[in-house]
Amino acid sequence: MSSLHGSPARATWLWLLLIAGTLLTLAIGEEGAAGIGIVALLAVISQIKGSVIILDYMALRHAPLLWRIVVPGWMIAVWSLIAIAYWSGLPR
Amino acid sequence: MLAADTPLPSLDTPPAGTPRLAGDLAIWIFILAELLAFGAFFAAYAFTRAHHIELFTHEQQALNRITGAINTMLLLTSSYFVVRAVQAAERSAPAPCARWLVAAIACGVGFIVIKLHEYSAAFERGVTLSSSPFHMFYLSLTFFHFMHVLLGLVILSALWLGARAGRYRPNDMNGLESGAAYWHMVDLVWLVLFPLVYVIH
Repeated sequence: MSSLHGSPARATWLWLLLIAGTLLTLAIGEEGAAGIGIVALLAVISQIKGSVIILDYMALRHAPLLWRIVVPGWMIAVWSLIAIAYWSGLPR
Repeated sequence: MLAADTPLPSLDTPPAGTPRLAGDLAIWIFILAELLAFGAFFAAYAFTRAHHIELFTHEQQALNRITGAINTMLLLTSSYFVVRAVQAAERSAPAPCARWLVAAIACGVGFIVIKLHEYSAAFERGVTLSSSPFHMFYLSLTFFHFMHVLLGLVILSALWLGARAGRYRPNDMNGLESGAAYWHMVDLVWLVLFPLVYVIH
């Protein structure tokens, strides 16, 4: 039977990546950095972390194509709306 | 002729490489519904913030980003432990599967404890649902998520009982995978919530 859930070693490396992404997000927060570029950076970090959860931990990498589009697509849509809202609130 | 250590293929096992959803289709429909609800909530926060930028920026400063980040790491670590539990069941090891689930539950309980401290600190500052638009979103969004963590812990506990009874095997992973997918969803939503509510200003 083929493994759907990968190897413990891979899961552990990905966990380290997830923790590193969280520490980076925290550092940006503590720094108090702001602006549309920072929002884009936070969105990319969140999207990378989310992709690890979705494709590896949820094992959607091995799911039918529809699921590999819909779940990551949800995250892209949410971050796009957040970025549009942020941009619409910028002083001009 | 099968070697003695080759497991017999079950009749319902698709050939290797066939796309397969980990967990029951019903839980995935439920997960999609949950993601849409959270997504609408996140968009409502972001667009409301655009009309009250100074208020949101000022009140967000009072949130503790350190404990928020610790909670993020607890959920991520808990998700990792659940993956290890699923991998253990996949290689027919019910005892390690149950132990990884206990570790995952412990991280989830840690999240709950820290969140309750955060809420009590917020209530001491006079934060209520009606004290400001930011407070309304902060409390309702995080509490909506908090309820999902509680339900997730109930599900993980049920999985732990199942693992102890040796219920999950390479050809019978559906219950474990379904519960695991729900727990990962709770984590996934927090990966948007934390930067959005605690960091972006």
